[in-house]
Amino acid sequence: MIELVASTPCQGLLPLEHGPFTLTELTPGSLTALAPFSGQDAALSRALDAAFGLSLPDVGAATAGGSARVIWFGRGQYLLIGPAPVADLANVAAVTDQSDAWAVVRLSGEGADEVLARLVPVDMRPAVFGEGAAIRTYLGHMTVSIARDDDAKGPGYRIMAFRSMAGTLVHEIETAMAAVAARL
Amino acid sequence: MRIPCPICGPRDSREFTYRGAALDRPAPDAGADAWEDYVHLRDNPAGPTLDLWYHHAGCASWLKVSRNTVTHEITGAVLAGAEDKA
Ligand SMILES: [Zn+2]
Repeated sequence: MIELVASTPCQGLLPLEHGPFTLTELTPGSLTALAPFSGQDAALSRALDAAFGLSLPDVGAATAGGSARVIWFGRGQYLLIGPAPVADLANVAAVTDQSDAWAVVRLSGEGADEVLARLVPVDMRPAVFGEGAAIRTYLGHMTVSIARDDDAKGPGYRIMAFRSMAGTLVHEIETAMAAVAARL
Repeated sequence: MRIPCPICGPRDSREFTYRGAALDRPAPDAGADAWEDYVHLRDNPAGPTLDLWYHHAGCASWLKVSRNTVTHEITGAVLAGAEDKA
């Protein structure tokens, strides 16, 4: 009998530390893309509130309720992170399971925005990219989703790339972490 | 160069893909001359132009971007098709 063992996208690559910067892998649970049908944004927001106690975020933002969060994921698209979707959502939105399709990492440490400044063509300074921000952009040559993900120690960034790009994602970020750390 | 995406705000042009001139599509029965013009013939203006750009690394919207070919100034951007939905 063959025993299959699940492996995460960044298995064997993370965690990493360079100077004050830490890069860890997150295992977010279910990932579900939600694309509300025409005119159904408010209905989807109500369905999310009933199921998970959170509303649909604004453009470029995220909302959270308990262990669930929803991030803006493109025009007319949202990503439900954490819990499995409830059946009601499919009445008002196209619902697509994307679990295991994304590599999800967290970059943190004092000055982590300096690391991202080497990779991302958007201002990532905490004062500009505020709490609750969640955008789509580039990291190096990869399209990614980046969301503010703070903890008690300070600002952090949750970065998602296609699972097949996990090695490149880690390599790009580690190179920038080491380069910025070397200048401190 | 930055393009002011109506959804994402001002973004670096590397996030966008250029498609070509933003033209009004002729009616299906407009005739061969109008369609040949639409498909094959382009002006090469020195000054203001309207282009289609795709914000592939951002919100994934098609934009109609006003650009000046002399000064390289980007003077505005609207969602492509937005005026059709009014
Ligand atoms: Zn955009």
